[in-house]
Amino acid sequence: MTVARLVLSGIRKAYPGVLANDDVALTIGQGEIHALLGENGAGKSTLVKIIYGVLAPDAGEIAWEGRTVTIASPHAARSLGIGMVFQHFSLFDALTVLENVALGLDAKLDRKTLAERITEVSEAYGLPLDPHREVHELSVGERQRIEIVRCLLQNPRLLIMDEPTSVLTPQEVERLFLTLRQLAAEGVSILYISHKLHEIEALCDAATIMRGGKVVAHCDPRTETARSMAELMVGSSFAAPEKPEKRLKRAPRFSVNALDLPTAEVFGTALQGISFDVQVGEIFGIAGVAGNGQSELLAALSGERLTVPEAVVIDGQKIGRLGPRARRMHGLAYIPEERNGHAAVPDLTLADNALLSAFDRRGLLSSGVIRHARASAFAREIIDRFSVRATGPMARASALSGGNLQKFVVGREILQAPNVLIAAQPTWGVDAGAAAAIHQALIDLAGHGVAVLVVSQDLDELMGLTDRMAVLNGGRLSRPLVTADATVEQIGLLMGGLHDLPDEVPQSDGQPEATHAQA
Amino acid sequence: MLRLEPRAAISRKMRWLTPLLAVALTVLTGAVLFAAMGYDPIQSLRAFFVDPLTSRYGLAELGVKATPLILIATGLAVGFRAGVWNIGAEGQLTLGALAGGSVALLFWDQEGWWILPLMGIAGVIGGMAWAAIPAFLKARFDVNEILVSLMLTYVGLLLLSALIYGPLKSPEGFGFPESRMFSESAVLPGLLEGTRLHLGAAITALVVLVVWFLMTRTLFGFQVTVIGQAPAAARFAGFSQKAMIWTSLLLGGGLAGLAGLFEVAGPIGQIVPTISPGYGFTAIIVAFLGRLHPFGIVLAGLLVALSYLGGENAQITVGMPQAVTGVFQGMLLFFLLAADVLVRYRLRFGSPASSPRAARS
Repeated sequence: MTVARLVLSGIRKAYPGVLANDDVALTIGQGEIHALLGENGAGKSTLVKIIYGVLAPDAGEIAWEGRTVTIASPHAARSLGIGMVFQHFSLFDALTVLENVALGLDAKLDRKTLAERITEVSEAYGLPLDPHREVHELSVGERQRIEIVRCLLQNPRLLIMDEPTSVLTPQEVERLFLTLRQLAAEGVSILYISHKLHEIEALCDAATIMRGGKVVAHCDPRTETARSMAELMVGSSFAAPEKPEKRLKRAPRFSVNALDLPTAEVFGTALQGISFDVQVGEIFGIAGVAGNGQSELLAALSGERLTVPEAVVIDGQKIGRLGPRARRMHGLAYIPEERNGHAAVPDLTLADNALLSAFDRRGLLSSGVIRHARASAFAREIIDRFSVRATGPMARASALSGGNLQKFVVGREILQAPNVLIAAQPTWGVDAGAAAAIHQALIDLAGHGVAVLVVSQDLDELMGLTDRMAVLNGGRLSRPLVTADATVEQIGLLMGGLHDLPDEVPQSDGQPEATHAQA
Repeated sequence: MLRLEPRAAISRKMRWLTPLLAVALTVLTGAVLFAAMGYDPIQSLRAFFVDPLTSRYGLAELGVKATPLILIATGLAVGFRAGVWNIGAEGQLTLGALAGGSVALLFWDQEGWWILPLMGIAGVIGGMAWAAIPAFLKARFDVNEILVSLMLTYVGLLLLSALIYGPLKSPEGFGFPESRMFSESAVLPGLLEGTRLHLGAAITALVVLVVWFLMTRTLFGFQVTVIGQAPAAARFAGFSQKAMIWTSLLLGGGLAGLAGLFEVAGPIGQIVPTISPGYGFTAIIVAFLGRLHPFGIVLAGLLVALSYLGGENAQITVGMPQAVTGVFQGMLLFFLLAADVLVRYRLRFGSPASSPRAARS
């Protein structure tokens, strides 16, 4: 009988006001790929930090290969044989792969041996990596490989992967899974943290589901459905968004024409010749891995950065030279990716945050003087119509959970009756219930003839939500595909940088303006 | 080892209690200091804080000293809220006094109701012009406004010296570096018979009300708050950061210039080599002590004005050195900042990494 690699029992960790882990138990067998599932705030990160020695538990026991241990630091964790690949990489852009790996290793090796070991490990596990390239030249997928190789060099017996696929293209995900399965076959245990259920179904042997700091279920993902796991995660069933069948009218409401924009930052991405149309009542998606020009594109579309007038057109009006306030008057609404500090001011009340973008369109001003009562009433309306859980218009934005604040922001923009709505990562870091409500709101809005543009890294979100979609890669936009006819593989290839699809791929039928402008 | 740990929640009540706490600590430490220097602490504190307020004249003098402090701090606070750090109010005050005073000297032999308003306008423009330099450099080239405005203060003071030893020197002044006395039409009317309290105090009160209204009731005030707290959200809303740099520096500079003009057209009555005992710098303390709120600034301005009066009175009656005023103002700011740190952070002993494990047993 084999001894389990890691057994946690009765793990408890409290922060002021929150019980982050409450009597958590978890068993990971040898060579097992074990999923840790849960929404944001369920206590996954706290548990992982305890395993990796970043945090000490208030109570509970950790048994490593049958022996009770105290993991006092990440260094201690590594010497036990625990490796971790973080969601956010800790790499130096200006250094080479080799130098970055050397900096993260506890053992000191000379450059030549290390370079050989890197090549050895990367070949053995299908993680192609040139030790002498500088990190800033590499794609996100390649950067992740550095982190994985760095871990593998220490021969871990437990590898923790924190949301590893959130930045990868579907092809890169497939490749990563091959590597992980190979590792598992060699006896390495893997703790895989994610909230992407279909990945867990495809990859994992066992799953532990957490909610509100407690373990709510241990299950076998191969026998569960994505829906049953989602309900365990959320704790209740929720209505999946319904998308009615519709016929699109050929009437462009929002057009972007040959948009060029130089980058404003050192490692930013310049936009080159971006053109597309969003029709009346259409939901148009822009997919792509982060850092391919999304923030530049959103700044140019929202008016935070200005362009030539004809680059951005709304209902025939050229608005490229106008700032955000004037664009809003033309019916453009925008939901930025970052809630705190961009879409909302955390320290201000919801009434003030309602004012932030709605003062013109909702008549909250009278010759420069704020009508506080109206702003408050508007905030109240958002709270009621979008089921925002808040104590009222006088609650501070920072007191709301991520999902509730996001519902508030979405509601604020939708209730301004826009003609065009741009949403960036509208359900990023939002619980499943709120995400479903937001998706439904966007679908309903399009049903009323609004042109909706969704820029997201979440391919599932775009596949489920949009009528057509295009991929942003290296500051260029692919030709749009009809979502219903597109496959994840095609989109994945475009995300990876293949601009011209083979002929048989169905393309969006006849977009003369767009095609013309791209030529 | 000593370290600071951020508190989960910052009490809003404490934000208003800390200025009072700072005042109390200043008084307490002052008493200890007086005792250590061999003065009777009770008598000294009385001379410092109570005696100046016991006469009608003393109260009026409090208003005279508080006027420039409150006027300048009210303008600076708008910029501080927006994250625009104008540290050069002293220079802007000097330029306002020079510009407004020059108008008075230009028409020294004339009479008319129009002279004072014209001086007021010139004073505001003088202060604005001096603040426009950091505004331009900040908005156009992103040059740090703290350094530019601060350094321009010394340029302004030297400009005053150059002019008062040169073209502005009174032809009948026996060579003293002083301008002519302003004419009757160029001096601010008094508010209280037999005191130096002047019209400037009333105008300052009006300015405080207007700025309070702007900050709490209008889109402009909202813009200031949003730009100061979340610049990205301000861009999202469409509020212009550059416009705010210009507006807040011109407002701060204009009000400092007006304060300078009130000094030369009020208590002084002519242009002299030293127009202000550092009102422009002290106003920064006033602004923060008043929590950047117009009404808070009025209270803070009166308190700090009392430290000027008390310092003078303590020199005369108890024989303390002049530096006592600066010591009190310094302690006040020190205790305020220290209390603010403790409101935001908790003091902890011991090193951070090892402490949680103690709880395991």
